[in-house]
Amino acid sequence: MTVIIDYDAGNLRSVQRACAEVGLTAQITNDAHTIAHADRIIFPGVGAAGSAMKSLKAAGLDVALRHALGAGTPVLGICLGLQISLDHSEEGDTPTLGLIEGRVVRFRLDDPTLKIPHMGWNEVRVVKPHPLLRKIVPGDEFYFVHGYYPHPRRHADVYAETDYERAFASALGRNNYFATQFHPEKSGRVGLELLGCFATWDGQPC
Amino acid sequence: MLSKRLIACLDVRDGKLAKSVRFVDTQDIGDPVQKAREYYEDGLDELVFYDITASSDKRRIMLDVVEAVAAQVFIPLSVGGGVRSVADATDLRLAGAEKINVNSAAVERPALIAECAEAIGNQNIVLSMDIKAVAVSAACPSGYEIVIHGGRKPMGIDALAWALEGERLGAGELVINSIDADGTRAGYALELTRMLSQAVRIPVIASGGAGKPEHLYDALTQGKADAVLVASMVHYGDYRVSELKTYLHRRGVKMRMSW
Repeated sequence: MTVIIDYDAGNLRSVQRACAEVGLTAQITNDAHTIAHADRIIFPGVGAAGSAMKSLKAAGLDVALRHALGAGTPVLGICLGLQISLDHSEEGDTPTLGLIEGRVVRFRLDDPTLKIPHMGWNEVRVVKPHPLLRKIVPGDEFYFVHGYYPHPRRHADVYAETDYERAFASALGRNNYFATQFHPEKSGRVGLELLGCFATWDGQPC
Repeated sequence: MLSKRLIACLDVRDGKLAKSVRFVDTQDIGDPVQKAREYYEDGLDELVFYDITASSDKRRIMLDVVEAVAAQVFIPLSVGGGVRSVADATDLRLAGAEKINVNSAAVERPALIAECAEAIGNQNIVLSMDIKAVAVSAACPSGYEIVIHGGRKPMGIDALAWALEGERLGAGELVINSIDADGTRAGYALELTRMLSQAVRIPVIASGGAGKPEHLYDALTQGKADAVLVASMVHYGDYRVSELKTYLHRRGVKMRMSW
């Protein structure tokens, strides 16, 4: 069974609907046991890192997620799901899960005409092939909305980049974990294709 | 680089699509779910539904429309019209709206913006402002005044001051709707749009008055808008969404061109 982790972090039904569109039936749950033993996990989220971490821990979902990752379960993080997978978020000075080394920092832009949050469609440039990105061609754009961005320590964890004044990592991954800063569920056909790739992904990075 | 967005606004009354001209004489022009799907497939970047249903007992119809659209349109979906409380916002979010637009109720009770931002996140709360040009006065030093209730009630509030206050209270985006330009098809209020876009750090959507493709270009360049909102231009079949995007792209505006 595919599960969408419910930890009071935003609109999960849009993720569920997009999964349904690509034939992936996903259950929204906050039950740690169900998550730990799922076949496939989506870890979405919008909102603040601090309250998200608090909700995750209160329900033991951080432990369940680590268990599933250790067991090789394919996991897809989206937006805040990606951000709290690093070590630390500048947002509320929050220690986060540490699945991937690095931190999350606020956009500090030199150009005063660039708006924050980074909101809208932007190109996702694949810098390293990955099964979930195999349908993306140069020029494909995805929908973003975020005021903080991931800064992973190891370049080897970066699979795609996006430019907003400077390039930032817009997709990260390691082993059976993969995460996007953009919202595939709100990115039209290209987003649905990424979810479709996730639906059949075996958890191997290549 | 971030693309500029083309947004279509669907005014919905009692579950049906309507389009107003200068906020009066609305007429029904079709099924909102079908239109939404059509625009989505033609490359639309974002959809806005505005509920202009007069009676509150028919609000449920709007939630059904949102739910039906959210099941088949996978781009950001924004809904507004009659949002007066966090509960209204939450109901619409559960039905499938990404962003919630607040307008009149926020003018009457500004704390609504902060409450919604807290509940659903800053990035999901859109402050929609209906604005009329007026003589410069002590109350309205920018020469633009906020009006509410579909343009019928002037509030004596300066539009620039209200935009800054909305940003401070936690709005993630602004819709600049010129009552003077709305429905005229003579172009967006460029000076107004530019003034407000330059004053805030959050994205700004130009609304009201689009009739030709060059109006969109002007709003995104001279008007400094991050997105343009269209309605009658596409609803009556005068222009296709893809045609407008192609036009802007060819004139050098960064647009999402693969969908």
